Order: sequence, then C-alpha cells, then structure tokens
Amino acid sequence: MWYLCVFFHRLLDYRKPEVESLAKLFGAFDDNQNDDVHPQLQWKLPLHHHPDSPFHLVNLPSEEIARNIANRSILVKGMYELWGEGGSYEELKDSILSYPDERKLPYLESNSTFRITVDTFGKVISLQEHKELIQGFTYIPFKGKVNLRKPEHNFWLIEIDNCEGNNGLPPVEQKRIFFGREVGAADRKLLPTYELKSRTYLGPTAMDAEIAFLMANQALATPGKLVYDPFVGTGSILVAAAHFGAMTMGADIDIRVVRDGRGPDRNVWSNFKQYGLEMPVGLLRADNNLPPWRPGLKEVFDAIICDPPYGVRAGGRKSGGRKLLKGAVEPYIVPDDKRTDHIPSTAPYSLVECVHDLLDLAAKMLVLGGRLVFFYPVLREEESPHNHFPEHPCFKLISSSEQILSSRYCRVLLTMVKIGPYTEEISLAARMQHLEFRENHVKWLEDGNLHSAVFSPVDAQLKETGDYKIKDSTKKYRGKYV
Amino acid sequence: MGLLTHNMLSSNIRGVVNGFPLRIEAVKVVEKNVEMNTDFLKNMFEKIDWKAFVEASISMGYTELPKEADSSLLDSDDFLNRFHHALLELHLEEGALVCPETRRRFPVSKGIPHMLLHEDEV
Repeated sequence: MWYLCVFFHRLLDYRKPEVESLAKLFGAFDDNQNDDVHPQLQWKLPLHHHPDSPFHLVNLPSEEIARNIANRSILVKGMYELWGEGGSYEELKDSILSYPDERKLPYLESNSTFRITVDTFGKVISLQEHKELIQGFTYIPFKGKVNLRKPEHNFWLIEIDNCEGNNGLPPVEQKRIFFGREVGAADRKLLPTYELKSRTYLGPTAMDAEIAFLMANQALATPGKLVYDPFVGTGSILVAAAHFGAMTMGADIDIRVVRDGRGPDRNVWSNFKQYGLEMPVGLLRADNNLPPWRPGLKEVFDAIICDPPYGVRAGGRKSGGRKLLKGAVEPYIVPDDKRTDHIPSTAPYSLVECVHDLLDLAAKMLVLGGRLVFFYPVLREEESPHNHFPEHPCFKLISSSEQILSSRYCRVLLTMVKIGPYTEEISLAARMQHLEFRENHVKWLEDGNLHSAVFSPVDAQLKETGDYKIKDSTKKYRGKYV
Repeated sequence: MGLLTHNMLSSNIRGVVNGFPLRIEAVKVVEKNVEMNTDFLKNMFEKIDWKAFVEASISMGYTELPKEADSSLLDSDDFLNRFHHALLELHLEEGALVCPETRRRFPVSKGIPHMLLHEDEV
C-alpha cells in the first residue's frame, strides 16, 4: 500500500536511506524470496515535485510497518494513509469521496475521537481561514468526538502552495493539497533530551545527537545486537545505539577520553548513566592498527558505527612512534624499570590507512548481513566524488548520504552491508584494492592534506589552481545545504 | 571490563604465538545489574570460547558455570541466568590481564583494559 511520507526539510540525503533501513529492520522485506542483499522500497513523487521535496509516496507492505518506521525515524515528520489529493479543493473533494468507504468508515465511528490538523507549506494562513478549511469537510461523515489533546485518529490537511518566495523549500510548480490519516510520526522529543549541551562529558568531536541517531538507525541497532565503535571517544554514537536497546562496545587509542573523563561522574560511563541506558559491555584502550582480538575471533558484531578521525578536527594516531628516551640507542627498548606506567608513543595515522584497517576489521568481525556505518570526508571541488569511496570485496555499499560542512568539504555517511565471509584470499584482494585506491584517488587524504585543504586561506588555493571562480553565495533554494 | 570483552582479547605482542586467554589478576571485582536479553545471550554463546570463559569466571570468584556447555543448555533458565551473570554482570574494575606467553601485564584500571603495546612490542 502507498503511504504519503512527509519528511522534515533537513539532511535531505539521509531521509530515504533512513526509511529503507527501518523498513528492513521492521521486516518490510521478509516476504522477499530472492536473495537480494539490498532490496529497496518503491518511491514516487507527487505530481510536479522536485526530488528534494519533503513529500514522497512510499509503498509499504502494512500499516504496522509504516507506523513502526515513522515512530522510530528521526527525519519522517509523518506517515499518512492518503484519503485524497488534488490541485484544488474541488479536486480534493472528488478524490476523497471516491476513496473506498471501507477504508474510511472504521476511523469515523461515533465512539472514536479525532482531530484535524491543517499544515500549510510555503505560506501562513489566518485562524479564520484555518477554521473555514476544516469546516469545508462536511462531506466526510465524521461521527466521533473532537479531541485536540489525545485523539485516536489524527487527520491532516496539508497544502503546498505554488509560491515562489524564498522559503527554503524546493520550487513547486503547482499547488497540491493532501488529506490523510496519520499512521505514525517521528519522536523528535528525544533530540532535546539527548542534545549535546545536556551531556555531562563531551569531547571536541562528539557526534551531534540527531546524526548519531541516524547512524544507529542505519546500523539497525536493536535489542539483542552488539554494536561496536572503534573510535568511541566520549561514546556519543554508542549512546544512540544503546537508546535503541543494542549492547555496545567501544575502543579508543586515547586513554583520556575513555577513562579519566573530567572526574567521577563526568566520563564515558556517565554519558550512559545520565539517560538510564545500559552501560557499554566493554570499553578498552586499543589500537585499530594492531587490534588485540584473539586469533580466530570473527563475526561477533552486528554493526560497527564510527566517525574515524580524518584529520580536520582530530587526527588519527596509531602505536609505534619512535621518540627515543634520552640516552637510548636503537633498536628501541623500553627499560625494565620504566615499563610500568610507561606511556607508549604514537604516530600519525592517515585516514587511508585508518579506513583500510576499519574495513578489514569489519570484514572479519561483522556477522554476515551486518552493517558498517561510518563517515568519510570528501572535498567538494573534486570531480565525480562518488567514485571515490573506499571498497572491500566483503561489502556492498547501500547508501551514501552527504552532509555539507563548509564550502570546501563535506562528509558522507556510508552504509555498507557485509555480503560475503572473510577469508585470507579476500584479505589479500582487499589489500590490493586498497593500494590501488590509495594510488588513484586519495593522495589528498595523506598527511594532513585534508586539514590544509579545509583550512588554508582561499588566496593560496586560488594561486595554485590559477583560475578564479566567483561563487554564487546567494542561493535561494538551499537544497542539500539544509 | 566484563568477561565478554575478556573472551575476545589476546596479547598481540610481536612474536607471541598464543596470546589467548589472558590470565586475570583480579584486584577489585564489581557486580553491575544488567537487564537480561535472551537473544543476545544465544547470539553470544556461539562466539564464546567456553573453556577460557569458565576459567576467567573462576579467577573473578564465580564458580557456578558448568565446565562444559553445548547449545542445548540454552533452553534452561537456570543456565541462562548464570551465563548472563558471568558474561555481563561481573566486572573487573581494577587488576590486570597477563599474557600467557610473556607474562606482560596489561593493566585494567577503572574497568578499562589498556591494550596498547610499548614501542618495542609492536
């Protein structure tokens, strides 16, 4: 059945992947007999709508699935059973009247309560107009009682105007009116609850709550699953996974973030305690470049979610720096009397190497069908950046959602599904693929180049490239900039 | 550090052939209440190295686990309770994990094992 899916107008690239992921989680594809690892939903746009429109139509197998998706999602404002639509109120009336009675009558019964909400996009209407619009529905035989606070059935009249104003919405060529029954809606209240400023312990790169929840949804976090973050920091991503009931585990190379925090009640553990969430089943200080997993351990995690350090705000580190102690000579040996409490030195860890290690770890440690969800930086000047994502023979990329961070660079949330078991041959093939990738695509990612590309003064860059393009800084329609 | 984590870790010092299981030196063991999830336990049961798990639980002072276990036990509530307790509720707060081959100690402090290697062990 087709449902009207109305999105919040933000993070446009993240909207459909979120619904697709939740559809998978709530069993929308269970009847699918073929072995497609990534079945997709059917989507349609309302007449004359731009793909960035907040309004979409989506085909889902049941109302229950539609409700579950909407209620857990972050970006779905509402999912509606459409009773009618049209370009004018006359067309809307005909459309509603021709919608089968057996679909309508059960929600209009005298012992039920209801409410009609008027939502206008692109214009503001007065209270009087509002009232007139609702009173215009005399042709629908509402028998129930009106209840504005807690109605059983929520009906929505949604009008999208063909205005040309600068309202941040995609241009609509023609006025469109929808009338439908709400099936489910996002619980955005959890965002203020989890917003970072309420967090007792924060790091400089803590993940914004909204994005963290989106990541947890992409990872299909749910009770009974184990979710791992190899760059756990202050735990901001795992908090979202724990909110959805998953067991969590995290590692970080920096002991200051995972252990000490800022006192007894301001550390990673307290970030979970604060919200009454289950604590991570394990936190450890470890190096992704030399992971301490026992030989033969594989397929334990259901999902790996992380934001690898890509050197813009925080750079990666790995074991193996060689700062010699005074008087020591090569080869480097830590003196026996200094072994306890010795702080091993670390060396810079380039993003390319870091991503290779991450894919290798995920290929080994994820269950089949498990998901790897992580951010990857992309310079916006690059041509066809979409061919430049890292690849691995064990994984299939199922979504990439761009979030623009500045005029110079953006980050892309990649969601990959493990499609094949890890073997030695695959590990070798992945190594080759990685070297090829490194050679051809990502020289700029090495050794702080990304940092300088993002932060160096404009003049210097222009001198290098030699051409000066004046950028149109006054885009009316914000599109992906939202 | 819980025993699930312990069961996954080994000493990865260069040259060490058999770094698993790490021996537990318990200084302070705490118990945390964790809500039981049977699906999670069933999931984890197959991944656990049982022998190492039982030994680890004994070194943490818990002796209620059967020496051997197969998946038929997962139907028993009594077994699930014990498995759950040992896997998720017992935590090594202070102590160390010791490499079985080199005796190198990986300290555990405030519940977090420190698995980073020294420069000459990489």
